[in-house]
Amino acid sequence: MNGIHDMGGMQDMGPVRPEKNEPVFHAAWEGRVFAMVMAIDGDWPPGQGRYHLELIPPADYLRMSYYERWLTSLSERLVKSGMVTLTELETSVAHGGNTKGRHMLRVDEVAPMIAAGDPSTSNVPVAAKFHVGQRVRSRNINPVGHTRLPRYARGKQGTIACDQGVYVFNDSLAQGLGEKPQHLYSVRFAARELWGPEATATDSVYVDLWDDHLEAA
Amino acid sequence: MTTTRRDLLTAALTATASAAATPNLVHAQQHDHAHDHDPDHQAVPSDPALRAKALESVLVAKGLVDRAALDALVDTYEHQIGPRNGARVIARAWVDGAYKQRLLKNAKAAIAELGYGGAEGEQMVVVENTPRVHNLVVCTLCSCYPWPVLGLPPVWYKSAAYRSRSVIDPRSVLREFGLDFPTDVEVRVWDSTAEVRYLVLPERPAGTEKLSESELAALVTRDAMVGVSRIAAPLGGTHT
Repeated sequence: MNGIHDMGGMQDMGPVRPEKNEPVFHAAWEGRVFAMVMAIDGDWPPGQGRYHLELIPPADYLRMSYYERWLTSLSERLVKSGMVTLTELETSVAHGGNTKGRHMLRVDEVAPMIAAGDPSTSNVPVAAKFHVGQRVRSRNINPVGHTRLPRYARGKQGTIACDQGVYVFNDSLAQGLGEKPQHLYSVRFAARELWGPEATATDSVYVDLWDDHLEAA
Repeated sequence: MTTTRRDLLTAALTATASAAATPNLVHAQQHDHAHDHDPDHQAVPSDPALRAKALESVLVAKGLVDRAALDALVDTYEHQIGPRNGARVIARAWVDGAYKQRLLKNAKAAIAELGYGGAEGEQMVVVENTPRVHNLVVCTLCSCYPWPVLGLPPVWYKSAAYRSRSVIDPRSVLREFGLDFPTDVEVRVWDSTAEVRYLVLPERPAGTEKLSESELAALVTRDAMVGVSRIAAPLGGTHT
């Protein structure tokens, strides 16, 4: 989706404002939202949270702080999955929703969960369509769903810099359309190919793209 | 889907309003009415603290989350997993050439040697700064960041300004952070669009030959491992 989240190359967003001695969380509620997102057993496909962040309307997305977006996305997914009802959100009182089969993360399970992570690599043997050093062109696509091919890198020529191996394909997975495992590459695009002659000749942007994002140049 | 989303946002706001007993909040948060939308000076309507509290209460009551587990998650990322982990990796690479080669070849395995890994670092790549190449990491689409070695990202990393500008004009971003490279130094920007997380191996500053590995680790900053800073030589001189 050509949403507001796809920010690469936009201009007039102002200066970057680093904060000295920035705390991990700026308020207690941010930590609680972070932890709820990490802890909840939604049985959701990996990356679906990202997709739901992207579905926040653009004006709201820009106005909300980062963890407000997480809170909104989490609330939406909980309601969609039936685990929490709108009434519960309205009243703060638990009275319904289908929580059958959901595992409540115990405190002793937190460290093992973090250590295990949730790898996106796939063991499915899939042949690579491209090889390191090969010239490729990114596809010019404008899907209305989730995609990891940013707008600024569409229809551009680049070079396969690294084959990262076989990964599940988030464009498909986030929408519940299956893993569709395929090779993932780091693709080098010259800054001038992306941004024109005013870009510095030596500079480049490396974008991680899957087989389905690419075609031979 | 749009209707669902709007309903949900409205519901979330209603919850806020009832919890706060300030019904005007609901009106202020409506998306559809036209009033000025200055993102920096919005009359910020919702109180996410109240919404978060309401949601947590509901989830606890329903047996979906355990407050002690939430406490542990917050504590882990506030106090245990942060950029000191990455600093130890960098210092090890500076003092141990064989480790550095392993790190550049298979970052995940080399970082695991020091005991780090897991969530949001299931796949990691380390890119090396040299006198000819400077690396900068961004996630234009969201906020991807190597949690096991850097912890959670700072607000600026997730900001519209950083995400938008780093790919089109990285040199102006670097100048804001105090770095001004001549054009014969190659600036490489790594946009973490997939699940691969990038960590920059900064150059070891001159004059640190006699420092121990732990003293070197103390010099390494988070910003240098994202690529918006270089590591300064220690003050006071270590040459003699």
